[in-house]
Amino acid sequence: MTSADPPRLIGTDGLGALFTVLRERGYTVVGPTARDGAVVLAELASAEQLPSGWSAGTEAGRYRLRRREDGAVFAHCAGPVSAKTFVHPPRARLWSADRAPDGTVTTTGPEAPAKRFAFVGVHPCDVAALGVLDRVLAGGEHPDPIYTARRDGTFVVVAECTEPAATCFCTSMGTGPGATSGFDLALTELLDGEHRFLARSGSPAGAEVLAALPSRQAGEGDLAAASAAVRDAAAAITRHMPDEPLPALMAATRESPHWADVASRCLTCGNCTMVCPTCFCVTTEDVTDLTGGHAEHLRRWDSCFGLDFSYVHGGAVRTSTASRYRQWISHKLGTWQDQFGMSGCVGCGRCIAWCPAGIDITREAAALAASRGEPSGGAEP
Amino acid sequence: MNAVLPVPHRIVGRWVDTADTVTVELAPVGAPLPAFLPGQFAMLTAYGVGDVPISVSGRHGARPLHTIRAVGAVTRALCGAAPGDVIGVRGPFGTAWDVEAAAGHDVIVVAGGIGLAPLRPVVERVLADRSSFGRVAVLVGARRPAELLYGGARREWAAQAQVITTVDRADDGWHGPVGLVTALIPRIEADPAAAAAFVCGPEAMMWFTVQALLARGVPSARVQVSLERTMRCGAGWCGHCQLGPLLLCRDGPVVGYPVAEPLMRVREL
Repeated sequence: MTSADPPRLIGTDGLGALFTVLRERGYTVVGPTARDGAVVLAELASAEQLPSGWSAGTEAGRYRLRRREDGAVFAHCAGPVSAKTFVHPPRARLWSADRAPDGTVTTTGPEAPAKRFAFVGVHPCDVAALGVLDRVLAGGEHPDPIYTARRDGTFVVVAECTEPAATCFCTSMGTGPGATSGFDLALTELLDGEHRFLARSGSPAGAEVLAALPSRQAGEGDLAAASAAVRDAAAAITRHMPDEPLPALMAATRESPHWADVASRCLTCGNCTMVCPTCFCVTTEDVTDLTGGHAEHLRRWDSCFGLDFSYVHGGAVRTSTASRYRQWISHKLGTWQDQFGMSGCVGCGRCIAWCPAGIDITREAAALAASRGEPSGGAEP
Repeated sequence: MNAVLPVPHRIVGRWVDTADTVTVELAPVGAPLPAFLPGQFAMLTAYGVGDVPISVSGRHGARPLHTIRAVGAVTRALCGAAPGDVIGVRGPFGTAWDVEAAAGHDVIVVAGGIGLAPLRPVVERVLADRSSFGRVAVLVGARRPAELLYGGARREWAAQAQVITTVDRADDGWHGPVGLVTALIPRIEADPAAAAAFVCGPEAMMWFTVQALLARGVPSARVQVSLERTMRCGAGWCGHCQLGPLLLCRDGPVVGYPVAEPLMRVREL
């Protein structure tokens, strides 16, 4: 079976089989589960841990789990954890070094990961985010060994989005709600009549796994229902980015008076950067043992909202809140394009829901668009 | 090149330049790294303390020289390392000065403080192939006479180039110009309209220097500056060295002024 093969139908029992098949092939399955008041991504032992009957209501600065009447498994929206956590770990050791008595130094590189991940039930926006991280961390002159060791050989089962949240805007970013690439297997959950999933493969590995699942041929009605579910999801999305090239908008509004307005609300807490599935920035720290002969070089996620982030000898470059928010949104929507040839935003809406001040990236972009032409707030150095 | 693991290098030469600045000559303990071009930088590791980006400030044969000013924990540890000590080196990273673009032109080099370090290989490259370039002006500024770098080299350069050195604050032994390096620009004997310029120093110094050079007629497209932002990796992964559309570890540190100008103009970018 190849990706050109016709889609298949699997029942709810197929999800259990999917877990078994993936585990037999050596994957550690990571998927959504309802835990600690949210649907988070976590290592799962069985399909029973999937968030059946849960979805979440979100708004700017708000995320609440909600019980559903039906048993929908993939009706959740983006929670606080994305696949980034697994392929670009929050903490990692880049190397350790040991000094022998004669002064020679032996260096040991990063540990090989013990697990190979299969992501099950991630939405198209998060699959797009993996594509962004691929470009940033693995697509340049120096591939990041920690990322590539975890990302290479991952298996991706995307769940097409059929129930977007109020904070979603993937249609503006061209990343959803349907899945077009970046997956091994795509599932579309169908709740009309029998609870079932349309399954199609996107790679030879996906075809092989699909062939191992209990499935039956999909009928015309199933295909139509799946198309309608994704189309309805697209129509249900209420948030949108300004309909214009965002990099040009960001470049034209570097000195907009609107930055001061955002700064009056932004707490520079960095929540948006932590939940963002593409924010990749890290800082490093070096430690030694008590003898001083053993040193380690560690890295951990960092945020451009921190004052230390831009510190060079003499002081931080970005001291004002306005400049730090500007850095974040301008990078995400604008200069990412210059640096990596793509947008850094996938429209998942996490930064909107998890901002304690309810700052909404789509509204700020719209306000920036409206602010063009107003007097500049900047000055020459 | 492995961008992650620091390659152990032994300090085989060490010169104290000023009270807080040291130049070290490094020899690889194992296989050497690729050659550093003028303007490129290394991430130098003081094991157990940290690593910092330091540009190459010259070479002895195949061995790179790095000039380090002690301004923080890592640079203090690197400056304190003695001959025979082992430090880690990653690189070369970043863009190089495009010295070839200056061939056939007059050359203007303007340095502020430690900014002379990445420019020394430019001056030495130009003077080593003197006939390929026109008149050469080297302007050097420092806060105090005691903070001036490379006194011997500057005296040697003066045989083949116009070298002017200024300080912000003179002391009893100082007989040269006093004031900002921008005040020296009217004294350049090279033909500005036919010149290529290389500028490195604090950002404000670079801004006003380039404005003065442009005012004298140096074409903007032939001005290069070396920009600085925090770096945690050097390899494009840490996100710290962003300046608008640039990742300075990859697209810099040496940047053509037409690219740098709109970015330098924006405060806190």
